[in-house]
Amino acid sequence: MSALNVAEERSVALPERAALQQHATRPFLWLVRRELWENPSIVVAPVAVAAVIVFGFFVAAIRFSGKVFISVNQDPVGAIAVAMIPLFFVAFALGITMLFTGVFYSLDALHSERRDRSILFWKSLPVSDRETVLSKLTVPMAVLPIVTFAVALSAQILIFLIENGAMLAHGGSLRALWTQLPIPAALTAFLYGLITTTLWYAPIYAWLMLVSAWARRAALIWAVVPFFILAIFEKIAFRTHYVVDLVKYRISGGFLAAFAQDPGLHQNRATVPLSDLTPAHFFASPGLWTGLVFAALVVVLLIRMRRYREPI
Amino acid sequence: MTCIEARGLRKSYGKSVALDDVDLRVEEGRIVGLIGPNGAGKSTALHAMLGLTSFDGELKVLGRDPWNDRDALMRDVCFIADVAVLPRWIKVSQALDFIEGVHPRFDRSKAEAFLAKTSIRMKSRVRALSKGMVVQLHLALVMAIDARLLVLDEPTLGLDILYRKQFYDSLLNEYFDGRRTIIVTTHQVEEIQDVITDLVFIQHGRIVLNTSMEAIEARYAEVMVRPEHTEAARALRPMRERQVFGRSVMLFEGAPREQLQQLGEVRTPSIAELFMATMGDKQEGTR
Repeated sequence: MSALNVAEERSVALPERAALQQHATRPFLWLVRRELWENPSIVVAPVAVAAVIVFGFFVAAIRFSGKVFISVNQDPVGAIAVAMIPLFFVAFALGITMLFTGVFYSLDALHSERRDRSILFWKSLPVSDRETVLSKLTVPMAVLPIVTFAVALSAQILIFLIENGAMLAHGGSLRALWTQLPIPAALTAFLYGLITTTLWYAPIYAWLMLVSAWARRAALIWAVVPFFILAIFEKIAFRTHYVVDLVKYRISGGFLAAFAQDPGLHQNRATVPLSDLTPAHFFASPGLWTGLVFAALVVVLLIRMRRYREPI
Repeated sequence: MTCIEARGLRKSYGKSVALDDVDLRVEEGRIVGLIGPNGAGKSTALHAMLGLTSFDGELKVLGRDPWNDRDALMRDVCFIADVAVLPRWIKVSQALDFIEGVHPRFDRSKAEAFLAKTSIRMKSRVRALSKGMVVQLHLALVMAIDARLLVLDEPTLGLDILYRKQFYDSLLNEYFDGRRTIIVTTHQVEEIQDVITDLVFIQHGRIVLNTSMEAIEARYAEVMVRPEHTEAARALRPMRERQVFGRSVMLFEGAPREQLQQLGEVRTPSIAELFMATMGDKQEGTR
């Protein structure tokens, strides 16, 4: 029996196909979720870093808390500063983790689907290239900062509880911890730091994604080496260092614009007073806006490029 | 209604021409086998229809331009490619979740029902599945989509015969309803012999044969010629002659059946025979 006969019999037997059944979809939400499935490090990396710090602090609190917290009655200000250090440190470490995760995520974002040929599968679904590219950009620009803040807050709550426990164990009063720790200010500064860093680094993420969409292999090399070559050429040919300055500015300029003083340099106090935050200066900085314009242009280019992308 | 309409379709990669002025029209409800030697342009043609590659000329799939309208087109088109393209990291359940989340015409219960008949488990990742199971999974996902066109690019490549047979059985019995259109390329021509309604041969980027399967019966005949009639048969100018157990088997195009029946046993040639007759010699010549 040939297939044609099968077809004829079946089309007679079947009732008219009802109007095509459709259900509501939320492509963007699922695209972002898809990124989290493929890149569990977005969540695992900060959780792992936070877990190590919290556990380390827990061990330290058992071993050394007698020396540190017992002195709270003699030196309340010093004790508060000591209590602040781990809270600050976990936030700082998670901020750094966020940058690394964002860099490596972006370098792979439009590369892995070509490497494993799954781009043919993703493209066989009714999802536009624009939604796809924007969902990938959403990871370093929104998902990572949100995850980082949530994990940092959870870790800080745990550390705070450990500090309370250590204080109680040594007969200290919880009053200072609950009234004198500048927690709202610290959280505000941290959130502000995450937002300004992410906005400032937007062109870096965009550049890395462009390389990931373009390079056939060794995306990391393609992302970095051109700047080395340009810098060396510039140094030899013109004896100038604009490229180096530009790279330096892109890496550290955001902190300098966003904070009155570089918080990392404050070894004597583990907090950033709100007066150090300079949002007016940051949002008026031309470096922010040129960076965002560059990022936007790259995204437009990426959406166009994705249409031409094939397995490699 | 016309499902695919190509006019003057061209595509070249640098100097090599993958598609050379292809005209093709496929009506809805057909199952078309697109057959050709390696590098003939089969995959390029399919990729053009799916909006995966740019092209010159005119191409409309279900009335849309695939290159500029891919995401809208993919609501009505499904695709299974040569080697597994499902991402290796994805879990079966995640694949179902994702497609349900982005595809308005995906019926999750259908996919689950199909998977229940296999040994594929919801928690498995694609990388843990055998090649046959990955194709089963992809087929389950595709069959649960109420699409109008299904494109299969070497879907059974590398599968053992059991999986291959199951694949086409499922496709015909559970998916094809006489309204959908299916386009399939394969090297295993014998396995689609009884599946397809239309046959298209492509070689060097050109269509060299485009016929329905009924027309093949009327147009081509293969004769196992009795030895005493060998010369008479050759006088009718067969397309191809080969020897089987010391007897000549000749393939004729357009020769009257009554005349052929006097020369020996007549039967309808297989696709493989037609393939060899139409393309085998030319292909040799070009190498």
